[in-house]
Amino acid sequence: MQSSLLFGNLTLDAIPFHNPIVMGAVGGGAAVGFLLFCFITYKKLWGYLWDEWFTSVDHKRIGIMYIIVAVVMMLRGFADAMMMRTHQAIAMGASAGYLPAEHYNQIFSAHGTIMIIFVAMPFFIGLMNYVVPLQIGARDVAYPFLNSVSFWLTVASALLMMVSLGIGDFSQAGWTGYPPLTGKEVSPGVGVDYWIWGIQLGGVGTLVTGINFFVTILRMRAPGMSMMKIPVFTWTILITTVLIMLSFPVLTVTLALLTLDRYLDFHFFTNALGGNQMMFINLFWIWGHPEVYIVVLPAFGIFSEVVSTFSHKRLFGYASMVYASIAIAFLSFVVWLHHFFTMGAGANVNAFFGIATMIIAIPTGLKIFNWLFTMYRGRIEFKTPMLWSLGFIVTFSIGGMTGVLLSVPGADFVLHNSEFLVAHFHNMLIPGALFGYFAGYSYWFPKMTGFRLDEKWGVRAFWSWIAGFYLAFMPLYALGFMGMPRRMDHYDNPAWQPYLIVAVLGTFLVAFGIFCQVVQLYVSFRDRKALVDKTGDPWGSHSLEWATTSPPPFYNFAQTPVVDSLDDFAYKKEHGIAYRAQAPFKEIHMPKNTGVGVVMGAITFVFGFAMIWYIWWLAIASLVAMIVAVIYRGSDDHTDYMLSAEEVARVESGESVTPSYNHASI
Amino acid sequence: MSANHSHAADHGENPLRSHVIGFAISLALTFFSFGLVMSGILATSTTLIVVVIAAALQVFAQFHYFLHLDSSSAQRMNVMVLIYTIVIIAILVGLSLWIMYNTHIRMMPIPMAR
Amino acid sequence: MSSTTLTDHSESDHHSHDATENAAFGFWLYLMTDCILFASLFATYAVLYQNTASGPGGPEIFDLPYVFGETMFLLVSAFTNGVAMSFVYKKDRQKAVFWLIVTALLGLGFIVMEVHEFIHLIGEGNGPDRSGFLSAFFGLVGTHGAHVSIGLIWMAVMIGQLLIKGVTPKVSSRLIRLSLFWHFLDIVWVCLFTVVYFFGVA
Repeated sequence: MQSSLLFGNLTLDAIPFHNPIVMGAVGGGAAVGFLLFCFITYKKLWGYLWDEWFTSVDHKRIGIMYIIVAVVMMLRGFADAMMMRTHQAIAMGASAGYLPAEHYNQIFSAHGTIMIIFVAMPFFIGLMNYVVPLQIGARDVAYPFLNSVSFWLTVASALLMMVSLGIGDFSQAGWTGYPPLTGKEVSPGVGVDYWIWGIQLGGVGTLVTGINFFVTILRMRAPGMSMMKIPVFTWTILITTVLIMLSFPVLTVTLALLTLDRYLDFHFFTNALGGNQMMFINLFWIWGHPEVYIVVLPAFGIFSEVVSTFSHKRLFGYASMVYASIAIAFLSFVVWLHHFFTMGAGANVNAFFGIATMIIAIPTGLKIFNWLFTMYRGRIEFKTPMLWSLGFIVTFSIGGMTGVLLSVPGADFVLHNSEFLVAHFHNMLIPGALFGYFAGYSYWFPKMTGFRLDEKWGVRAFWSWIAGFYLAFMPLYALGFMGMPRRMDHYDNPAWQPYLIVAVLGTFLVAFGIFCQVVQLYVSFRDRKALVDKTGDPWGSHSLEWATTSPPPFYNFAQTPVVDSLDDFAYKKEHGIAYRAQAPFKEIHMPKNTGVGVVMGAITFVFGFAMIWYIWWLAIASLVAMIVAVIYRGSDDHTDYMLSAEEVARVESGESVTPSYNHASI
Repeated sequence: MSANHSHAADHGENPLRSHVIGFAISLALTFFSFGLVMSGILATSTTLIVVVIAAALQVFAQFHYFLHLDSSSAQRMNVMVLIYTIVIIAILVGLSLWIMYNTHIRMMPIPMAR
Repeated sequence: MSSTTLTDHSESDHHSHDATENAAFGFWLYLMTDCILFASLFATYAVLYQNTASGPGGPEIFDLPYVFGETMFLLVSAFTNGVAMSFVYKKDRQKAVFWLIVTALLGLGFIVMEVHEFIHLIGEGNGPDRSGFLSAFFGLVGTHGAHVSIGLIWMAVMIGQLLIKGVTPKVSSRLIRLSLFWHFLDIVWVCLFTVVYFFGVA
């Protein structure tokens, strides 16, 4: 590779001019970005965006921004999926498909990385950001500034992912990146480095978020909210933060060791001189398995909230739900080897982890039964959030059963890395996690914006998605049994093709579902006056976030609520004390907005880019800049302000929305 | 570890007492362990067991005397979090070593002469 | 526009105590994640320590008296850090600064010794690129050294803050977290010299 001091390995050759598909995507993306830029400039919104959103340390604003990132990344990740499916449907025998192999490999690697790290994670983190402080009666999280930093680190990493499309290429080694394929010898280009730095830097943000919300939930609950009165969604988040804190450091180490191998010639995972590649796989999945529970547990929490609300009935078995979540948290640390039964560890080892995997299905099954018992003899309203939940219960159960099948090592030896596995994990992640986030999105949308989402388009989206899901993934189970491996860019067996064609049809249905969701947003915004949420409690729910206006004032609660019971808002409504007359207001201690988080995110992006392209002076400069930023913020004693009682009264009466003096100064 | 009044008051009279004791214990254990290994008095396996115990004792002492971890209610959360972390570490490291040893043996490595 | 002044002083005291505790607890949790980080490195070391690739193993390159010297630097610095903190609680700025400087110098002594050890090894061709064992050694010990170095930078900043701002509640709060960090690193070092150096030469 050409190398210069100023630009490292970066040359104009890095832009894939020869690849029309990529250039089309880059051009399209650039065009959309440019239009957005023009629109914002024309409407003179930059000041507003900077003051109210980018520099915000308000968990509600940060939550919404996370969700926007997740949705944008989902569009790219889904485009990857469409390309793979359409390519595979035709790439049989004499036809090579329309994607060259090294492009196809990048697509499946990017697809997995994006969907897990840049769609699932930001989506539930966004929902948790918005909802959890409200649910526990708090004003914000424990560390609002770090919350902003976490968000901008996520943006920086997502940007690295996006940039990898147009400058250089991405990893071809899958989202799991096993050495020696990801070692310097076999993959000397920038692709693997994009993958490494994208996940590594985003992972730091997630770890900080985990600590943030653990402390928030433990220490900032409203008076009277004992542990067993915590809303069930917040409970699942608490457990999730424990999983995050315990598993993400392992990912950090795993990626760091690979980085050392690639950059400084270390021998952790090399073929020669004493590396051990199996250790990478071991370490990766120690993180990887808790990671899938991290994305699924919040969804379970959302389903609990939604099912009980739309059955107009208390959640059945709250205590057992809590204990089941705790059990899952612990058990998720003793099953990870089921991701590599075939690595060759021997019967005893495989048996231990196989049995542990079967055991972990039990608390999840318990949850399913609790949801069913909640619905039994309830008065069910088939609103969109409920549809997503019902779709989940049926579909996820199927996926769970295939998981128990795979947990038998002998069966796994036949099915490992086949399309059966692909079907299984999509059968877990899509209904399990994604439907949960969609349910949460429709459920809490009125709270976030002040108006509901259009029901009609929501229903259309749901049915398209679920029908599309079945068509896209059920054939893959059959293909797995027929012996088709995963990640294939070309195959010779004509018996497989019909199934892959059906799968493409499913993908198009899902695409239509996404289209319906986009239309739903437009229609809801257009009809927002008709869909307005006047009471703050459009569904008749049971937890504290619904006791506020829609959207809530920036300080959440003018007075800290006092909690009497589980499902406190429902309890208070039943006893006629839900909307009390306001006592005299007191001043409120609030954190100031700040641009330091944005700056740190920008520095992180530059650092990642510099490391990927071996621009050493820039990497060092950005490291120094980061240290300066940290010292700057760490010496700042004026990061908070007091909101006066008069100001609170003005907001509560509707006179003003934000305080006049909370403009961020760096 | 927390800077509330009661904490400062605990060591108010002699805030150094805790640190001096902790330092003395750590120093003694360090001298002991290094001395034991460097002199080679005991057999290798015995030496290793003894120094591991000494290390555990020193870690314990430092957690208690330097970091003020104890069974008081103020420290309870910190202690529980630490214990849970250690349990998870034991599981992850223990199972990992079992797995890696297993895979290593099944690679049928040829023992190398040193 | 500056923030409005608080009328109730005791409320601000209470608030800053809460803030300090909150920050310390969050930092303690970060230290727990750091435990997991080091545990992964220890596990990797345990898996790779026999992969010497015809190169040197522990007995050939570990110098116990030298490591003892490093250990003394770090252990004494942990003690002097405790001394410094006792003066912080007494709000004695001068003595706190003095003892913090002593701590930093001792910590610097540790780093200088460790860097010297690394440079020496690399110079004789036994750098991390020599074998899996050496990669694991440099990775584990180096990560600890990197943490200590960051601690030294932090310490320098805090000495500056003490000199400029004095022993304010916010400065004390940050010093408490630094103190947690410093003690934690000494605890990791105890595990390190046992697992790496003692097991390495035995």
